[in-house]
Formats: sequence, structure tokens, C-alpha cells
Amino acid sequence: MKRIVSFVLLAAMICLAMAGCSGGNSEATMQLYVLNWGDYIDEEVLENFRTEHPEIDLHYTTMTSNEEMLIQLQSEDCIYDVCFPSDYTISKLINLDLLAEIDTSKLSNYENIDERFLNQPFDPDNTYSVPYAWGTVGILYNTTMVDEPVTSWDILWDEKYAGQIYMYDSVRDSMMVALELLGYSMNTTDPDEIAEAEALLVEQKPLVQAYGTDDLRDRMIAGSGAMAVTYSGDAIYAIMENPDLAYAVPEEGSNIWFDNVIITKSSQNVEAAYIFLDYLLDAEVAAANANYLCYSTPNAAAEEFIDPELLASDVFNVPQDVIDRCEGFIDLEEDEQLYHSAWTRIKAQ
Amino acid sequence: MKRKYFATPYLAWMIVLIVAPMIIIAYYAFTGQADGAFTLDNIKAALDPIYMSVLWRSISLAVISTVICLVLGYPIAYILSRMKPSTAAILSMLFILPMWMNFLLRTYAWMTLLDTNGLINRLLGLVGIGPLRLMNTQGAVVVGMVYNYLPFMILPIYNILQKMPKANIEAAQDLGANSKQVFTRVVLPLSRPGVISGIIMVFVPCITTFAISRLLGGSQFMLYGDLIETQFLSVGQAYGGWNVGAALSCIMMVLVFICLGITNHFDKDSSGGTLI
Amino acid sequence: MKREHRFLKGLFIGIMLVFLYAPIIVMIVYSFNASRTMGNWGGFSTEWYGALFRDRDILAALEVTLSVAVISSIVATLLGTTAAIGIHSMKRRTRNVILTTTNLPVVNPDLVTGISLMFAFSILMVPQGYTRLLLAHITFNIPYVILSVMPKLRQTSDSLYEAALDLGAKPSYALRKVVLPQIAPGIVSGMILAFTLSVDDFVISFFCQQGAQNLSTYIYSLARRGINPKINALSAIMFVVVLALLLLVNVISSQNTEEAKAKRREKKRRRMAAAEA
Repeated sequence: MKRIVSFVLLAAMICLAMAGCSGGNSEATMQLYVLNWGDYIDEEVLENFRTEHPEIDLHYTTMTSNEEMLIQLQSEDCIYDVCFPSDYTISKLINLDLLAEIDTSKLSNYENIDERFLNQPFDPDNTYSVPYAWGTVGILYNTTMVDEPVTSWDILWDEKYAGQIYMYDSVRDSMMVALELLGYSMNTTDPDEIAEAEALLVEQKPLVQAYGTDDLRDRMIAGSGAMAVTYSGDAIYAIMENPDLAYAVPEEGSNIWFDNVIITKSSQNVEAAYIFLDYLLDAEVAAANANYLCYSTPNAAAEEFIDPELLASDVFNVPQDVIDRCEGFIDLEEDEQLYHSAWTRIKAQ
Repeated sequence: MKRKYFATPYLAWMIVLIVAPMIIIAYYAFTGQADGAFTLDNIKAALDPIYMSVLWRSISLAVISTVICLVLGYPIAYILSRMKPSTAAILSMLFILPMWMNFLLRTYAWMTLLDTNGLINRLLGLVGIGPLRLMNTQGAVVVGMVYNYLPFMILPIYNILQKMPKANIEAAQDLGANSKQVFTRVVLPLSRPGVISGIIMVFVPCITTFAISRLLGGSQFMLYGDLIETQFLSVGQAYGGWNVGAALSCIMMVLVFICLGITNHFDKDSSGGTLI
Repeated sequence: MKREHRFLKGLFIGIMLVFLYAPIIVMIVYSFNASRTMGNWGGFSTEWYGALFRDRDILAALEVTLSVAVISSIVATLLGTTAAIGIHSMKRRTRNVILTTTNLPVVNPDLVTGISLMFAFSILMVPQGYTRLLLAHITFNIPYVILSVMPKLRQTSDSLYEAALDLGAKPSYALRKVVLPQIAPGIVSGMILAFTLSVDDFVISFFCQQGAQNLSTYIYSLARRGINPKINALSAIMFVVVLALLLLVNVISSQNTEEAKAKRREKKRRRMAAAEA
């Protein structure tokens, strides 16, 4: 018996010793908690940041939707300092008074940002957020499986492709697809229009192979589906990996989105947060991120470091006519409840 | 110092972190999001027919998985219990070993097998079948559940069967029972407590799982666990998600306790110590 | 007939073992695949192991998992064992009430336990992160310790303890020298169970992961992005470690039984020798 006890204690001690050796950064004087989307930063950038700033112990966590991020940031004594939410979530966070005002004088690289991406309606004077990436939502499709040109969202309802369609597992993005197809605004608060969109998505459900998020990109590269609703950056990455793929922003119009970096009001590590933000704004870092993620960057100075193949792509360098037919999400405040209950019902079917 | 005061630290812990949290869930289930006043709206919302259909799907998948676990697990436990003790010790360890690996790793393992380009489809391709759609189906969800929880079925049954005195079986044989009769009249009734605790240990996590359906079912087949998780982590407090989620949790809890009550009814004579 | 039976039984056990181990073995094999996609074999490579050990987030998650498992199982064992001793000496009615409540987290769905703890932590203002994770794990571990210690306590007879007291032992001494050795197997199995459950837990950790991701929650966030060869490498390592640990425990316990057997044989021989003389 004694032996077993001593064995258990020994095992416990080994575990603790292992735990002590791994990870832990002893030089660190500052902590930094970052909440980001999955695979939304070049891992090397993180690695370099850690080497260049040994004084900061960086904790990095990922989420898969704006809604999940919002819940995390809303929780009492939220631990995160820096986060990358999208446009409409930023206005929601501003309304909830959860964001810290950003002092741009502390960001030496702030002027790298292309002015086109400043002063967007969700944060008029960029008081609370700094642009990180932007893009469109569209259909990524496999040209070996889809013969006809993809010009409309209604191809996602085509029975020919039953079981080969991937939808995005996020309330606003999926509802947007149905609303655009019906010719309504993606920001509608009319319960009847939302109900119509709901019915359309319920009708589509038997054709859908899966509702995914960050995994859709790899699934399309692997050729396990005919088409997927994706973000533009994921689409370019997938096309570069698998040349059979193509991306289209349907004629009915689509969503143009901006993901900005914010600092939470409750942040305990503001100094480290500014160092991190400024690091991200560095032209070469922004370019490294753009090259890795394939998402369009609002960083004008980064352009000279960006892969020419990317710059040549229509998906990266979105043409003006596509921008013109796209719309941004706005925060619907109380009415977003309608979207949530519709989406829960669709998923529950 | 009296010995019963030894339990005081634990009692304090229990009241704060077991009893109080349950009361808080009930509180959220029966109050409104905006005003905190008593209301039955959350319960009504939770009883919405669409949510009930999710509950029904969860129960049916959990029943299917539990039955498969029982059909596979009982013979395994029985065969093991009749083996030489040394062989049985090694084999039973082999059956429990996957349980020591992380739950998520076990589920992930099936993602790699069932994928359109995964090993199963490759092998099928060699004999000219497929590729079949294996991922993102109800079958994949059931496979994930059975794979994850099968050891929980084997273990309690094996424990009971192993402790069963050989004399019982020999006595039955001496009295002229054939092997079938020995099994149905002696072994099966005596192993009932193990079977019941196995069923509970498989069924309860099956109805409430949410990672399995999301990773192997492609979020296509919402289970009750997914529904509750969505209420808390996607809808959120501001839109009443916490209240509806708490109401859904209460419904699930009541359901689980009804199941336990029924099984306890059939299990009056067991001491309940078969969990481990 | 009999032999056919044996063969069928062996076949069935074999098939079930294949079902249990095939996925794990496939993962281990593919962890050495140079190609990123599962389907293609791109040659032998250990690059994913390198990538795994360079990934600080995985290492940090491993650190959290291990330290939470160790600390929570030790604390739960201490609290649970003392609680079991206390509960054992209570009146029948109070004992039943307390044991029923103790059973709650065991029979309750993990999801409900996780959510209820999330509520409780935010009301009690427990700081986010590691503290919450640790408290949650201790909470769901204690009942399992109590459940494995209680049966052993029931088997011990109180008269032995009372005899020790009558012989002048202080209660604390009697407890240490009489009761504890008798319930030790229950304590150890409770502690091992607590450790296993803590390493395996996903659902409860999921609701207190803010700022403290353990392996489960980290793998979940990776797996939602699809198949990742780093996870294969991690699984391979976990499997080998678990296998090694179990083998070690088995060797040690079989050694123990061997020793016990040898002692018994020795005793018998001496007794026989004494009888002969």
C-alpha cells in the first residue's frame, strides 16, 4: 500500500515539475490576455512578439464567432485586454461601455493606416478601435463540381448540390445570405422579413452538409464540398492551396466587414496592450499577417511587403463595384433578439 | 473533537459550490431577464415544440448509443469476468485505457477517420466504394458517443460479475440448469446493479454532450446540450439566454432525476457502490 | 462446439479492441506524416512533434491541465477523506441527506454543474481564470473521493477504533494508526479517479476557461478549425505516457502482491516448522 501511495505522490511531483518547466516565462513583468478568432494571426508574428518583448507574458485564446467573443467580453471581471471583434460587435461593445478609449499618440505606427478605413460608421472617430483586417463574404466553390457561373446566393438552394453545401455557423452571416437573396436589407428589423429568411434557411437545411466556422477552409481545400459561404481571406488562402477553387461575391450584394483591434475598459494591462497594438500596426508585421491570413489589410505602408500574387487577386484587392454592392452590419440592439431566436430555431430543426 | 466535525469544511464547500449554484440556476429559470421578477416565460420558451424536438432527438440518440454500449459492453464484461484473473486484469486495463486519454482527443480521433479523405473512405476507395459521406451524419455522432462512453458501461458490469461468487453458478449447474438458464436466471439478475449504473453513466453524458455533435455532426443535429450551450454562450445574458438556458437545464435535470428514480426503483437491493 | 465458442469469444474481444484502438493508432501513425492533410502520406517526419513543442499555447494548456489535476485531486482527497470520516460518524438521517447532496454532481449532467458553477463564481466574485478552474475541478472531484472512501469505512469496524481508545490512544492517534490504514485503498483509488476525471474533463472546464485554457478546451478550439497534425502528435504522446503509467502501476501492484504472497508463504513455513518442533 505504502508503495502505491509513494508512487502516486511521485507521479504527482513529476507532473508538477513538468508543469513548472513548460511554458512559464520568468522574466515577464506584464501579463497580456488576447482573445482572437481562430487562425487569425501569423504564428510567427506571435513568436517574434514574444521574443522581442520578453517582459510581456502573452496569453492567447481563440473564439469562432462575434457572439462568443461578445459573451466573453461581457462577463464580469473579464480577463481579456485585447480583442478583434467585427464592426457591429464593436458598436455593441461601445454601447455597453466595455471599451477603453485609444490614445493614438501612444501608437507610433498609427499613421500606417489607410485613411479609407478610419472613421467607419461603427466607430466614427476611431475612438475605441484600430483597423486590423477587412473583407467580404461570398461563395467559395469548387469548379470541378460546379459548372455554372456562380452569380447568385440561390445556388446554395440548388438541389443538385444536396449534401455538398457548407454554411457559416454564425447568426448574422447566415441570416444575411437569406435576407440578401430575398432582396431585403441584411440589417432589417422587420419581424416578417426575418421570418421569411428563417423559412428559407430551414428549407435549405436538408441540402447543407455542415454548419462550420474556421474548419470550412480546410474542408474546401480537401475537396469535400462543392461550395461554402466564407470570408474573402479564407477564400484566397484556399484558392492558393487548391487551384480548382474559385470565389464569387453574388450579384444580390453581400456583407463587407471590418475587424478592428480594441482594448477592453477593464484591462489591467493597458501598457502591454498598447505595445501589442503598436506591434500589429508595424508595416512589416501587418504585411506578414496579410501574407499569412490572405485577408486585406488596412495598413497602407504594408503594401510594399505584400506578396504580389495576393495584390493581383481580385478577392484581396476588392474592386470598387463589388464594394459598392456590399453593405456593412450595424448593431441592431434589442432587435437582434429576433435574429437569435430565428437562428436557434433553424439550427434546432 | 468529535469525529463528525471532520465533515465541516466539506459541508461548507458543499453548500457554497453544490447547493447554492443549483438554487441560482432555479432562480434564473423562474425570473425575467429585465426585471428579475418571478415568471414562467422561460419555462414556456423552453417548452417550445422546436426545443422539444431537440430534446426528443437527444433522447433517441442517447438511447441508441446506450443500447449499443450495453449490447457490446455486457458480453465484453462477461467474457472478461470468466477469464483467468491475470489475463482478465490485462484485458480489462486495455479496455479502460482509452478512458485515460482526454475526451476531446478521443472525439478528434474519429474526425480523422470519418473525414471524406479519411482512412475509412480511402480503404473503401480501394475496393471501389465511395467516397461515402461519413462525417456530419447522425451515425457519426452515435459512433462518437459509443466510442467515448463504452468503457463506462464495461467497467461497472465487469466489477459486479467479477465479484460474483462462482458458487452461485456452480450451485445452479448442480441443480441441473443448462448454460442458458444459468445466464438468464443467475448471472443476469445478479449483475443488474452493474448494468443499471452502466446505463446511467452512459445515458446521462450522452443526452447532454455538445462537443461530439459539433465536431462529428457538423452542427447539423442540434442536441439538448448544444441548445443549452448556445443559450449561454451565443445568445447570452443580454437577450435572455441565461434565463432560457437555466430553464432548459432545469428541464434536463428533472428528466435525469426521473430516469434515476425509475432505475432506482428497479435497483432496490443494491448498495450503490458500483460506480467505480 | 466448445472450441468454436472460445474462438468466437476471442474474435469478439479482438474486434472490440480494434474498435477502441484503431482510431488512436491511426492518429499515432499520421502524427509522423510529413503531409498536412490526412489523406496523403508525405513520408516520415517528426516535424509535428517539433511544432508541438514550439507551440507555447499547447504547453501552457498542458501545464494548466497537469497542475489543476494534481492540486485538485490532492485537495479533493484531503477534503473528501475527512468529510467521509465525519459523515460516517453522523446520525443516519443527516448522513443520508448529506450523501444524497454529495451525489448531485455525480449524477447531474456535467453541463448543468458547469453552468451552475459559472453562476456561483460570478456571484461570489471569484476571479476569472485559474482559480475558477481549480475550484470547479475540486468541486466535482470531492464526491468521487467520498464515494470511494465511504464503502471502506463501512467495512471497518468501529470496535477496533474504540478498543484503541480504551487502550489509551488519543483519538487523533487512533485515527491515524487504526482507521486510516484500513481505508487507505479507498483513498488512493479515489485520488487516482479524481486525477483521471480532472484530466479528462471538458464540459465543466469549458464554462470557466476564460484566461485559463486547459488541454480539453484548447484542443476543442483547435479541432473546430478542422484536422490538425499537431493534435495527432499530442495524442501520441498522451497515449504513450498513459500506457507507461498504467504499466508501471501494474508492475508495482503485482510486485506488492508477490511480496505479500511471499510473506504469507514464509509465515506458513514458520508456523509449520513450529508445529513440527
